[in-house]
Amino acid sequence: MSTVAAHAHEEDHGHHHKETFITKYIFSQDHKMIAKQYLITGLFMGIIGIAMSLLFRLQLAWPEQPFGIFEVLLGKWAPDGVMDPNVYLALVTIHGTIMVFFVLTAGLSGTFSNLLIPLQIGARDMASGLLNMISFWLFFLSSAIMVMSLFVEAGPAAAGWTIYPPLSAIPQAQPGSGLGMTLWLVSMAIFIASSLLGSLNYIVTVLNLRTKGMTMTRLPLTIWAFFVTAIIGVVSFPVLLSAALLLIMDRSFGTSFFLSDIFIQGEVLHYQGGSPVLYEHLFWFLGHPEVYIVLLPALGITSEIIATNARKPIFGYRAMVASILAIAFLSTIVWGHHMFISGMNPFLGSVFTFTTLLIAIPSAVKAFNYITTLWKGNLQLNPAMLFSIGLVSTFITGGLTGIILGDSTLDINVHDTYFVVAHFHLVMGISALYGLFAGVYHWFPKMFGRMMNKNLGYVHFWVTAIAAYGVFFPMHFIGMAGLPRRYYTNTAFPYFDDLADINVLITVFALIAGAAQIVFLYNFIHSMFYGRKAEQNPWRSNTLEWTAPVEHMHGNWPGEIPHVYRWAYDYSKPGQAEDFVPQNVPLQEGEEELQH
Amino acid sequence: MTSALFFIVLLLIAVSIWQITKIFELSQGKKVPTQIADDNDNDWNGKLMMAFLFFIYGITIFSFWAYGDVLLPVAASEHGSDYDSLMVISFVIIFIVQTITQALLHYFSYKYRGEKGKKALFYADNNTLEAIWTIIPVITLAGLILYGLYTWTAIMNIEENEDALVVELYAQQFNWKARYAGSDGVLGDANVRFLQDFDGKNLVGIDATDPNGLDDVVVQELHLPVGREVIFKMRSQDVLHSAYMPHFRAQMNCVPGMITEFAFTPNMTTEQMRQTPDMVAKVKKINKIRAENSKELIAKGEEPLEPYIFDYLLLCNKICGASHYNMQMKIVVESPEDYEKWMKNQQTFAQVIQ
Repeated sequence: MSTVAAHAHEEDHGHHHKETFITKYIFSQDHKMIAKQYLITGLFMGIIGIAMSLLFRLQLAWPEQPFGIFEVLLGKWAPDGVMDPNVYLALVTIHGTIMVFFVLTAGLSGTFSNLLIPLQIGARDMASGLLNMISFWLFFLSSAIMVMSLFVEAGPAAAGWTIYPPLSAIPQAQPGSGLGMTLWLVSMAIFIASSLLGSLNYIVTVLNLRTKGMTMTRLPLTIWAFFVTAIIGVVSFPVLLSAALLLIMDRSFGTSFFLSDIFIQGEVLHYQGGSPVLYEHLFWFLGHPEVYIVLLPALGITSEIIATNARKPIFGYRAMVASILAIAFLSTIVWGHHMFISGMNPFLGSVFTFTTLLIAIPSAVKAFNYITTLWKGNLQLNPAMLFSIGLVSTFITGGLTGIILGDSTLDINVHDTYFVVAHFHLVMGISALYGLFAGVYHWFPKMFGRMMNKNLGYVHFWVTAIAAYGVFFPMHFIGMAGLPRRYYTNTAFPYFDDLADINVLITVFALIAGAAQIVFLYNFIHSMFYGRKAEQNPWRSNTLEWTAPVEHMHGNWPGEIPHVYRWAYDYSKPGQAEDFVPQNVPLQEGEEELQH
Repeated sequence: MTSALFFIVLLLIAVSIWQITKIFELSQGKKVPTQIADDNDNDWNGKLMMAFLFFIYGITIFSFWAYGDVLLPVAASEHGSDYDSLMVISFVIIFIVQTITQALLHYFSYKYRGEKGKKALFYADNNTLEAIWTIIPVITLAGLILYGLYTWTAIMNIEENEDALVVELYAQQFNWKARYAGSDGVLGDANVRFLQDFDGKNLVGIDATDPNGLDDVVVQELHLPVGREVIFKMRSQDVLHSAYMPHFRAQMNCVPGMITEFAFTPNMTTEQMRQTPDMVAKVKKINKIRAENSKELIAKGEEPLEPYIFDYLLLCNKICGASHYNMQMKIVVESPEDYEKWMKNQQTFAQVIQ
């Protein structure tokens, strides 16, 4: 199959399509251009998401103080420069939505799946360029709607990124549950369609378009991660779509899927017999796998970068693949750990505790394998490598506290406190962002044909690394002190007065972290136009994308697609002249493949 | 003004970072910058990796030293000590793993920083090692899971019994009410449909035709007798709320349309908790902060803050709208005699609607 497809493309190749500006840069069907479109849209959304977090961090550190910046950015929602509580909730909600879905799902997985799947498996393009293009434009449309929702009269959705009904379902409950919530739901429905089209494309491409010799056991771990991520997405995203549709029905057509016995603003509503707990099940059936949809691509990227820069094979390739599969499987049966105290049967809580804590096992295997890969390596500490090591560090720190939150008993008292916020920001937020940064630094030469400035990269990493721990480490303490998340201010409780200092410290670190991202943006944009021209294989890597010419072309390779003779991790192999042997180099006489 | 200052600081940080970078570039001499890490980069970044390990340890120790006192004091409920010991055991395991793995990760990053001409060890697999670090987590987690489930079952297994006090916690945007079952020990039927009966005096929607409800008592401040099991039945009239009582290690969501349950036995009165050394120190610290803040307020001509006295809290811990941050109820744990005395002074539902 793969060779047939390759040949079909071969004939197609050669006679030039007439390319206009529009087909090349806007409605492009070329996976490399689509990857760049995903990245730039994702980064743009990231700027909005991170800026929002800085705004509400200011409010948390100096509650109800006037800030000119609030007046400028929030206008009437910050009378005299003091942030309104509803706006605080809206900022928290949209920050979460944008970062989880638009930056770390589409921006990370969308970018690198598109860029790397065809290039690393040796394909001319995705299985369907058209679907791929539609997928990006649906994502763009949903981003546009999400941004538009920020400008509606009553404000954007403000029920938390999980939008639990009834708060999200009845406009009387809060202003954000009016038009803002409708737009949120429409945007997410389109986003899910985009994600599904993308995922199906990735799966089909990986299964059918691998070049000759690229068996599944020779796939780079990046591709394994993207492939499995796509499968999780196809399994779980439709469930969120159904939850969103049912919620739209409840909101607009008077059904009672999630609502029952509600009295609000002096009036008994007609809803009977629905249950908000049902919504929670549907939401978290996606919501938890979503964590791994965000994280697995980052881990895949890291595996590739750590092996390349350690100049060593990744340790335990088969165990790494097995742990990806195990995490993927387990991720679909642990959603209930978000609901230990939702009112569901405590026995279910026991089951979900069991499955949840099991996830620690494949995660531990991954962490140890990364560490062993570093052992006796010849580490090339490029910015991409630093971010990858940083990812392993935050993945461990954040992952370990999961042992507490995954335990139904311990969850009772730390559920929905800042302890949770600290945990998931470290283990999926920061880790996945590090994966995104690592990927951008590593594959920038592939995307734009130029190199990013390494010194700016170092500054970016070290400032971010220190600030990230500075933000989220102390945050565990205010959580353990019992402070709930999503509080506009904690001045209503004198009991929490002694947490004010910590909140100031966290905000200062958050501002520093925000400033460090400006360095990255500058480096990114500047290098795009003025960076040093890249060589074909700057990191001396084994994977196929580096055998393609620096200048992008339709079909990726002039002439024949390279064939694959070995796995992707023959670094520093004894008996070889160089410390890397690309996958398309045939085995020497008497050389063993050493599949692991 | 503050924002202008803020922007200036941000700008200065950006400029200083930019300058540092320039200095780096200049200090690298006339070598053509390749943008790929060279021996020099590997060297200083490797050393920074080692320094970063000490930063992680440092921030851990600093946080415990500086913020250790904000953590919750001893639990005030009977299951609380089981909860706390499970927490301590989990934390000990976490700290051991964290200390070792971060040390290995950062030490290897430092120790094996690249040098030209060095060759890495080709080491692709080792089944024994893989088995070891699969089995060790399996054993550790098996222990944690069993211990956790044992505690969980003990806490969540609510048996109806004669002696227990049945209290309904009733949530609405943005306050709490509590309903006691009265002398018959049975809560009357209730539904949001009845909320508008009796000119809004029916605060939690008790069904007036149910005789069990007539002796029910609805209050805005929760009083509990020490040493007696309390079974909470949670209701909400509008959106999701969560009844969070951190000092009792207790939390349960309040879901419109259904009744959820949680039970615990308070074992320390409010007065006893106020006397614990931890709490005395904490309250002293809080009052020092409040006194400082009051000085500023007085300077502005506003009312100073009242001194803080410790009380148990019931907080809302599920996002519920604009005033979510201020949805609270005071909990008083007292001797059974004081409790009875307080209860005698409350009006029953029958008295309220007369």
